[in-house]
Amino acid sequence: MTPAHHVAPTQQEDTLLKDRLRQFILANFWVPDAQAIKDGTSLLDSGVIDSTGILEIIAFLESECGVTVLDEEIVPDNLDSVQRIAAYVAGKLKR
Amino acid sequence: MTSAAGTPRFTDAVPQLHDYLIHSARRLGNKVALVCGGERLTYRDLDLRSNALANALVRRDIRRGDRVLIYSDNTVESVVAFWSVLKANAVASVISPLTRPGKLAHLLNDCQAAGLITDVRHTAAFAEAAARAPHLRTVVVSGSVDRELVRGLPGFVGWNEAVAGEPTDGGPARLNLDIDLAAIIYTSGSTGDPKGIMLTHRNMLTAAASITAYLENVEDDVILGVLPLSFDYGLYQMIMAFRVGARLVLERSFVYPAQVLHTMVAERVTGFPGVPTVFATLAEMKTLAGYDLSSVRYVTNTAAALAPKHIAFLRTAFPSARIYAMYGLTECKRCTYLPPEDIERKPGSVGIAIPNTEIWIVDEDGRRLEANRVGQLVVRGATVMRGYWGKPEATARRLRPGLLPGETVLYTGDSCRLDDDGYLYFAGRMDDVIKSRGEKVAPREVEDALLAVPGVKEAAVIGVPDEILGEAVKAYIVCEAGSTLTEKRIQLECQRQLESFMVPKYVVFVAELPRTSSGKVAKKELL
Repeated sequence: MTPAHHVAPTQQEDTLLKDRLRQFILANFWVPDAQAIKDGTSLLDSGVIDSTGILEIIAFLESECGVTVLDEEIVPDNLDSVQRIAAYVAGKLKR
Repeated sequence: MTSAAGTPRFTDAVPQLHDYLIHSARRLGNKVALVCGGERLTYRDLDLRSNALANALVRRDIRRGDRVLIYSDNTVESVVAFWSVLKANAVASVISPLTRPGKLAHLLNDCQAAGLITDVRHTAAFAEAAARAPHLRTVVVSGSVDRELVRGLPGFVGWNEAVAGEPTDGGPARLNLDIDLAAIIYTSGSTGDPKGIMLTHRNMLTAAASITAYLENVEDDVILGVLPLSFDYGLYQMIMAFRVGARLVLERSFVYPAQVLHTMVAERVTGFPGVPTVFATLAEMKTLAGYDLSSVRYVTNTAAALAPKHIAFLRTAFPSARIYAMYGLTECKRCTYLPPEDIERKPGSVGIAIPNTEIWIVDEDGRRLEANRVGQLVVRGATVMRGYWGKPEATARRLRPGLLPGETVLYTGDSCRLDDDGYLYFAGRMDDVIKSRGEKVAPREVEDALLAVPGVKEAAVIGVPDEILGEAVKAYIVCEAGSTLTEKRIQLECQRQLESFMVPKYVVFVAELPRTSSGKVAKKELL
């Protein structure tokens, strides 16, 4: 498993990315309680995504954020919460 | 067995399903039986923990024959719960946590469940459903629950609280016979109403014995459980592992393939049961060759046909593995398997009847057909279900008189043919059920969900070929005048009501649906 090398993004970039991710999730998945999805909430545990859902998230990251997600990077450390996805994307973009 | 005067004796003379766990715990107590979520549990651990929960269930008024739903994903608690329910002489039904509250309430009421075992992660769904299930007497929840959210639920108790102080050295007295129900497995039916397949201990013992025989499972096996326990194929991985005293490596899902591969390497997995969607996902991974998968000695496939290119892929990816193409339906667990040595000789075949069962093909009037004629597949054996819970008419369509008085055989509803050597070839389903991601999807269930969406006037759902999913769900919609519905909106609305694999991948808006002369939707014209 190789979590992306994390480089701290600026506060503003980080917030912007998290907002876009949250919007994407709310627009594309069944979220019974939007308030319950905090930055650190596990998307798998909370039932928001499954195996098809993860592919949609990856497609979103590749098309909208301009990152290429490698097979070994498809791990919970990188993708299982809004926080982790934002950190992963920021790390990829700054590399 | 010692027994007080007047109480039944020798009740364990004939095995029941949970004896797999009890016997393996007696024989291999210190062996790690389950690797799951970072935990390693021995057979003894599982035996003791399931004794405690079984005792707790009985104390909480779960009685012989009661149905207990286990609404959870692949966790240690789900495993313990399954065996506990059996030890409590009750009937276990594992339900996917993808199931939405409305459907969960329907299932709880369909089998009049007396118990529900679940996890705090699913509070939003189970709290809503359980409040609408008047037969429930107890709800056992693992994890730390906000009491406010479960206020008023019948017999609510936290898992730790329930088992505290319960004896672990033995379970409740055995009251069931081997012909009593062990499990109800829900499946989608063509009417759109889920059907609870009733399976006895003997049904399940027979299937597990038969399958472990042809897979040649041994104590040294390390079996990967990546399919949900709510799916009979996933559930049986656990049952069969415990039957032979093997080890089950239970993964939550196949959402993170790289993580599963790491686990397979680290645990030296020997048995890899999958469905075509799992293998198609692996085939797309560029880094697969970097994993040492030489420990895998067999790979099994069922739920949908294994395409020749998948067979070729599996051969390359798992060079030391025997590859089993299999076929079946939950109503009899498994019909056939193709012995790995026949894979070249019998391309496209799903093989021969599993041990201790027999199969034949009949025409529309129930007459046996000779080789190479396509007709309905019939299965005979002790694997055949007792019927659909509370659905005598649906049961009568599938279970019909067999060779001996009182015996029933399974009319599968699948069109097949047998070749001259008795090898089976699947030709298609006689109903319109779609197989997506290895799961059954009833078009009617999706259509009902679509029709509940404001603005939808008419809906028709079909399956279309899909590289990864096998079949993808495609919906044709006629909107009411002035509707502003979009594909995305329809999908979101469906997600509220349906498990994700049932949500249409494609939505097409049309002015009208093609009709037959009798006014039914002509689905063939949509294909």
